[in-house]
Amino acid sequence: MATKPGEGMRVALFATCANDVMFPDTPKAVLSILERLGCSVEFPEKQTCCGQPFANTGYFDETVPVVRNFVDAFGGYDYIVGPSGSCVGAVREQHEMLAEHAGDAGLARDVSLVAPHVYDISEFLVNVLNVTDVGAYFPHKVTYHPTCHSIRVAKVGDAPMRLLQSVKGITVLDLPDSDRCCGFGGTFAMKNPDISTAMAADKARHVAGTGAEYLVAGDNLCLLNVSGVIARQGGGVKPIHLAEILASTEGSAA
Amino acid sequence: MTLVHRQSTIPVAGPPAPRYEGPNRRTPAPPAGELVDSPGFPTAARRELDLPVQRGNLHQAMTTIRTKRQQCVSELDHWEELRLAGEAIKNRTLRHLDSYLVQLEENLTAAGATVHWARDAAEANRIITGLVKEALADEEVHYDGTGVVGDEVVKVKSMVTQEIDMNEALEAAGVAAWETDLAEIIVQLGHDRPSHFLVPAIHRNRAEVREIFLAEMGTYGKPAPPDLDSEPRNLAGAARLHLREKFLRAKVGISGANFAVADTGTLVVVESEGNGRMCLTLPQTLISVVGVEKVLPTFDDLEVFLQLLPRSSTAERMNPYTSMWTGPTGGDGPEKMHVVLLDNGRSRVLADRIGREALRCIRCSACLNVCPVYEKVGGHAYGSVYPGPIGSILTPQLRGTTSAVDRSLPFASSLCGACFEVCPVRIPIPELLVYMRNQVVESKKAEAKSKPGMPFLAHGEPAAMTGAAWMMADSRRWSAATKGVGLSGRILGKADHLGPMPWPLSKWTNARDVPIPPQESFRSWYKRERGGGSR
Ligand code: SF4
Repeated sequence: MATKPGEGMRVALFATCANDVMFPDTPKAVLSILERLGCSVEFPEKQTCCGQPFANTGYFDETVPVVRNFVDAFGGYDYIVGPSGSCVGAVREQHEMLAEHAGDAGLARDVSLVAPHVYDISEFLVNVLNVTDVGAYFPHKVTYHPTCHSIRVAKVGDAPMRLLQSVKGITVLDLPDSDRCCGFGGTFAMKNPDISTAMAADKARHVAGTGAEYLVAGDNLCLLNVSGVIARQGGGVKPIHLAEILASTEGSAA
Repeated sequence: MTLVHRQSTIPVAGPPAPRYEGPNRRTPAPPAGELVDSPGFPTAARRELDLPVQRGNLHQAMTTIRTKRQQCVSELDHWEELRLAGEAIKNRTLRHLDSYLVQLEENLTAAGATVHWARDAAEANRIITGLVKEALADEEVHYDGTGVVGDEVVKVKSMVTQEIDMNEALEAAGVAAWETDLAEIIVQLGHDRPSHFLVPAIHRNRAEVREIFLAEMGTYGKPAPPDLDSEPRNLAGAARLHLREKFLRAKVGISGANFAVADTGTLVVVESEGNGRMCLTLPQTLISVVGVEKVLPTFDDLEVFLQLLPRSSTAERMNPYTSMWTGPTGGDGPEKMHVVLLDNGRSRVLADRIGREALRCIRCSACLNVCPVYEKVGGHAYGSVYPGPIGSILTPQLRGTTSAVDRSLPFASSLCGACFEVCPVRIPIPELLVYMRNQVVESKKAEAKSKPGMPFLAHGEPAAMTGAAWMMADSRRWSAATKGVGLSGRILGKADHLGPMPWPLSKWTNARDVPIPPQESFRSWYKRERGGGSR
């Protein structure tokens, strides 16, 4: 690459709370991809959570301060990039409703200034930086689960698939019924555990049937849900976030 | 906005009519228990999950109908425009529902029908029962076939009559109400409840249907042929013979309506079997029960909905029977027509600026057919005649959020969003589910405030949610709290998965392994490696 596609771009890394604590390798991967492509990346320390877990359980009043914190942390950035279709979707689709619910015009204005600048890593790469080949190398058989919120809320479209197919050495296998929900659904997994498990079992069965070594998705919690069932059933398919595949190069071990 | 003229307060869906209690029933008894007294969704769902035959039946049927719908819809390159048109027409109707209803009443009356207004289920049932009794007493009976002319009515499949539990109200008044839709007969004769809008017996397979027909038909009319097998053709044949008798001697037919056109006073029923048309033409008196949200402003609007509905519901380009009737016509069809316009909680939903979008629903059932939660448990788990995604919002809207089942329904979804994608009138079901969840939380807060004793925050979930949200509102609290996570990882030692976890996580981890959180959060790593963030 002569000039890197991200040269001169200032990007805020939105790590998301679950990835911060449970899956730190994923935000590390986002950081490394973005820097490899020339972006100057900052991690605003004030960030915590998008508020979705509380809002989706019906606790709107309680979520408003979390939304406030989000716009304070990320205000002023042109590009805010995170490894989660679900959290990115929540910021873009839910924050405005929460501000309106609170009757807080100031917050609603701040949300409208910040939310449109938030991107999932896959759409940022494909739609903003215009790259599909990010120089990744991953010589394995994988299958891709498009998580519900990434396709239906964040609407990342075929960006993840285009990125995956441009990875050197990779074999991407079709996942049957790929757009069916894995049954996680945040607190749904706790409020309706039996149905959630039955849904995850369907997904796990389809994944096992592909013969892939890795199950790829853009949301670690969906991966956690399905791979937890796969592990319980003694299956060997490993979960991996899309960003971690994109971050791995011929030089790095994967 | 008040819809029903003769009242000042906004009606709420009232309790259904008192259930039939006498000894000699005229129709098969449905299973005991009022729907509204059902246990919460998770409990009912567990019961349904334990029915392997039903699960297999549902999986098979849903997969087929989902695939067919997808094909049928993708034939049209202007499907999205049709959806937008459907949404726009319904929104306009709902915004001016009061005037369209008055117009509908005027035009129905001008066409020769008698219009009645019912605030709730009890009032509707009172009106209907009175009209049925009157018709049975008054009319000459032209029937020379076999069988006894009894106090009975034939019905076109209708959701709204199920909503008000009309069959049971008629039974209590000594009148047998006979379903005539094939799937509804299976449900009725099976002492069962419908499980789906469109295919009420979707949870049954052919072998089960055969058994039900053989065991029950003879008790209530023409018996099934003793050598009946489980071929769909022969099952339908047995139902046809059984029903023919009832059609020929019925003096009263009862229907709902898919659409009620305000500018012409026309009612429209779409169906696939032709039984509906028999009910609409053979009896001398026709009573149509119509929810007030079924209005369409003009006859032209039908163009949009008669394309949207069949493709979304039966995955057909056009539905086989479309019946339209504008008042009675001398010497052809019913001589008397009554229309009962039902509110039953709808004007309260209408008054809610956000929630009212649910009233656009045309009961096509597409959202049920794509819902992975519905596919696992079927309709009975929802404790309502409106199951699936739309039922999970509409039911607590119509009935309120006080009972256990109504409080659990908005949570009966993983919010996967597949329902919105297929909804022909673009009801944002996932957003409304979240909105209704908030209504449930608020109603619990209000209840806790009004009652001394346990404060709201002392309950598990409110405490956990409020505490976690408080923590997330400030990054210093959050990073302090997450320092301990790595520590717990170290304490747990070498195992790479967590074992059983405490409630509420236990509910999730009972069937799944969860990896131990890593020792260092991203935040700490970043600080160590890069020396702190930008602000
Ligand atoms: S909500 Fe939409 S998809 Fe579901 S039954 Fe109603 S119209 Fe059909």
